[in-house]
Amino acid sequence: MENALKELGDHIATELSSEVISTVVEHNELFVEVRADVVDRVLVFLRDDSTCKCQILCDVCGVDYPERPQRFDVVYNLLSLKHNHRITVKVKTDARTPVPTVVPVFPAANWFEREAWDMYGIMFAGHPDLRRMLTDYGFEGHPLRKDFPLTGYVEMRYSEDEKRVVYEPVSLVQEFRKFDFQSPWEGTDYVLPGDEKATEQG
Amino acid sequence: MGEVQIKNYTLNFGPQHPAAHGVLRMVLELDGEIVERVDPHIGLLHRGTEKLIENKTYMQAMPYFDRLDYSAPMAQEHAFVLAAEKLIGCEVPRRGQFIRVLYAEISRLMNHLMNVCAQAMDVGATTPMLWGFVERETLMEFYERVCGARMHAAYFRVGGVHQDMPAGLADDIRTFIKSFPQVLDDIETLLTENRIFKQRNVNIGVVTQEEAMAWGFSGVMLRSTGLPWDIRKAQPYDVYGELDFDVPVGLNGDCFDRYLQRLEEMRQSLKIMEQCLDKMPEGPVLSEDPKVAPPRRSDMKTSMEALINHFKHYTEGVRVPAGETYTAIEAPKGELGVYLVADGSSKPYRCKVRAPGFAHLQGMDFLTKGHMLADASAILGSLDIVFGEVDR
Repeated sequence: MENALKELGDHIATELSSEVISTVVEHNELFVEVRADVVDRVLVFLRDDSTCKCQILCDVCGVDYPERPQRFDVVYNLLSLKHNHRITVKVKTDARTPVPTVVPVFPAANWFEREAWDMYGIMFAGHPDLRRMLTDYGFEGHPLRKDFPLTGYVEMRYSEDEKRVVYEPVSLVQEFRKFDFQSPWEGTDYVLPGDEKATEQG
Repeated sequence: MGEVQIKNYTLNFGPQHPAAHGVLRMVLELDGEIVERVDPHIGLLHRGTEKLIENKTYMQAMPYFDRLDYSAPMAQEHAFVLAAEKLIGCEVPRRGQFIRVLYAEISRLMNHLMNVCAQAMDVGATTPMLWGFVERETLMEFYERVCGARMHAAYFRVGGVHQDMPAGLADDIRTFIKSFPQVLDDIETLLTENRIFKQRNVNIGVVTQEEAMAWGFSGVMLRSTGLPWDIRKAQPYDVYGELDFDVPVGLNGDCFDRYLQRLEEMRQSLKIMEQCLDKMPEGPVLSEDPKVAPPRRSDMKTSMEALINHFKHYTEGVRVPAGETYTAIEAPKGELGVYLVADGSSKPYRCKVRAPGFAHLQGMDFLTKGHMLADASAILGSLDIVFGEVDR
């Protein structure tokens, strides 16, 4: 299985030498990283090439790495019924650069790309209907970005005075607690309350 | 009288509608009673599951999967634990694998019972729903006896299942396997040759093979077009590779085929459950590697090491080596995939849930186009939509 996937990865890399950046086989899965501006052409190749034949697009999703200059990954998961293999295609982009849409290649991508736009603010050039998907009508921001707080910015309640639902800034009864459990006995990299004086005195 | 110009009009279906299977709002454009265009608005049940999972340890994240497709909770758990196990690279004891498969199939029964009966109710038959839910309650009791909860089980763990089955449960499941085919036969006598049921379902919502593949359909929806694709057979996980069962395939790709397939899948599930009970060996149900699974309660009373391990598991959690995986299982509704990215800490960096219902619901537009308004609810019923997983 591992070898077959390696061969498949090599095949894709040689056929699309100018598009593919790298191919990796990990946990018996093939990951292909390609240039973002040609992802639609790559998916057409993967769908129509006789050794790939990935006719089903299972999933499109975003991943956020805020420390990178190109902070977003867009991940396409493809499945071939004929050869019984999966290929994961990844591209990198930032919040400004749109990725070409793959809706003309796989109609299934429509909602998945809308969701990626909604959750991460990744733009898809040429998408027929790039509306928000899962969040509320009139929602602002992109909730799955790592810099979006878990509690969000607004909360809603029914206002008896105005006889409608109103949005208000989130007010927490107790501050949001996040414990750092990462190996407490390997030492901390933050200053414990009260310890700052000890270091000053030397 | 001159020719009257009739304008299309727009109808709002849901979000509160008994045939919407939850909170679905569909904006239907109608020409008379013919549906011209469907625009489903989803997200009314969006709870930010994926964001929450990023802030929880792997063990804390697992119960969120029960709440995705709440008609078959353990099937979702299965996908997540398999993905995490792949990244950790741990072995699961044989007994644990058999119990997981057994409960995944009980979940499939629960899901199909609810779907078949709800589909019947969508087209006007009330009785199957009542009969089906009696049996569903029995299945929920099996859930309860093994984990304490009827629905939100939180029973599977990375490395196996939480605890062994109690004494006597296997015998009761066997009794159920013997008696359940009679219930299926009863439901079939009500529906399969029923004139009204057939009129409402035969040749309604037809999908071709090309359409099914282009729209990313999976599970029963894909098989109804005649493609024999089942992840349990094609890419077997846990012990499915050793079990003998058949995969029913449809011919016409319509709502009626999907109903027949689900009934046959239930019979096959019974076959799998029986084999699981026969082949299940004795032994541990949860990995005994302290790096993977917490120690047993009895060990904690006597062993200091076990107590330390327990503390580490329930505070820091298991550190999963950096890596990523897309792991898919054959959930009752179709391919449920978990795309898991780990960064070496004890919390998932990203966990995307690929819900089968999400892909199916977006096909609603082309499936319904040209059908009557009343068929929209029949098609929606046969798609098997549950909003827990579509909206996440």
